[in-house]
Amino acid sequence: MNGVHDMGGMDGFGKVEPEPNEPMFHAEWEARVLAMVRAMGATGAFNIDASRFYRETLPPEVYLSSSYYKKWFLGLEDMLVERGFLAADEVKAGHASAPPKPLKRGSFTTNSVDRVLTRGSFTRPASAPAAFAIGDRVRMKNIHPTTHTRLPRYVRGHVGVIERIHGAHVYPDTAAHDQGENPQWLYTVVFDGAELWGADGDPTLKVSVEAFEPYLDPA
Amino acid sequence: MSEHHHDHDHDHSELSDTELRVRALETILTEKGYIDPAALDAMIQAYETKIGPHNGALVVAKAWTDPAFKEALLADGSAAVGTLGHVSRTGDHLVVVENTPERHNMVVCTLCSCYPWEMLGLPPVWYKAAPYRSRAVKDPRGVLADFGFTIPKDTEIRVWDSTAETRFLVLPMRPAGTEGWSEEQLAELVTRDSMIGTGLVTAPGAPS
Repeated sequence: MNGVHDMGGMDGFGKVEPEPNEPMFHAEWEARVLAMVRAMGATGAFNIDASRFYRETLPPEVYLSSSYYKKWFLGLEDMLVERGFLAADEVKAGHASAPPKPLKRGSFTTNSVDRVLTRGSFTRPASAPAAFAIGDRVRMKNIHPTTHTRLPRYVRGHVGVIERIHGAHVYPDTAAHDQGENPQWLYTVVFDGAELWGADGDPTLKVSVEAFEPYLDPA
Repeated sequence: MSEHHHDHDHDHSELSDTELRVRALETILTEKGYIDPAALDAMIQAYETKIGPHNGALVVAKAWTDPAFKEALLADGSAAVGTLGHVSRTGDHLVVVENTPERHNMVVCTLCSCYPWEMLGLPPVWYKAAPYRSRAVKDPRGVLADFGFTIPKDTEIRVWDSTAETRFLVLPMRPAGTEGWSEEQLAELVTRDSMIGTGLVTAPGAPS
């Protein structure tokens, strides 16, 4: 979706402000939110692509004015209610009042902790050979799905070159919507700065994105 | 971090709306039997103690001192890191990119906050915030100026937008004046930002 989360190339957000000696969390609740999101993901209540989509669909003014973990919290609450793991009146009451919904991979217990500390693999068997080879020129499709996609706006319609091939990976555009992993070839596509930002752009700049095959046309 | 109560002087008896909502959600998830709060405590403790830029720094220092490891690391980051028993386990899809006098690499996630957690820990706020995510792909030199440094004007800047599950780690340039240093000494010099591409590694007393 063309949301405010898709920020590449936008102007007006000001300077980057690193915080010296930044703590890992700025409040205790941030750690609880991180842990709840990881834990509920591990139970199979949702996958990483769905959790990203729920954050992206927060109202733009909420997305832009909320801290990072606040967005995680709001996305988590929405997702669990919409998927039937919680009821809105339970959230309002602050207590459970209805039976739980069965979890694909069971409850999150101390035995599950190790499992979330190492990332899983997103590689899957490919159903067809890769359509592109290293060095091929490709044009990013000019598409504007209102659903989840990992094709940022700033590269759509632009021509780049295939630089790396990562094998077939889970396809976020379908996985986010429970439409299956639908594995697709994943490439690193590199662009000249001038291709993206015009002749006034930094002449020494090259930018790459990780692009799934359905995002690409031959150029 | 595991305790729900705290009694600092600056603490207020009135909890923020967000804090109350987060506690309520955890209560409901616990009452439903979905999660065990003790498991959340254990996970948070692991994040606070096991992951962090010290892991990435060990990988960088090893690459600086062991040419065969460096070659393997640049060819397949996950596989090479997996051979180092003392570094925390890493998942698949780690890509390591090398800074040279001709090319400076910088990593961003314009769409969210993708970051090599196992190598660098949890991302800092600025990495996840709009100024960095919006400008890194368009005006990386301006971003580097915000971090207080410049790179030569004919050096290529390569920005890696982490739009899939691939994760990128920058292998910074080894600073001059560190010849003969041990891996441990070198690892001490390697900063988190140098492995994102928003910092350089400098040696004390050596020209940067």
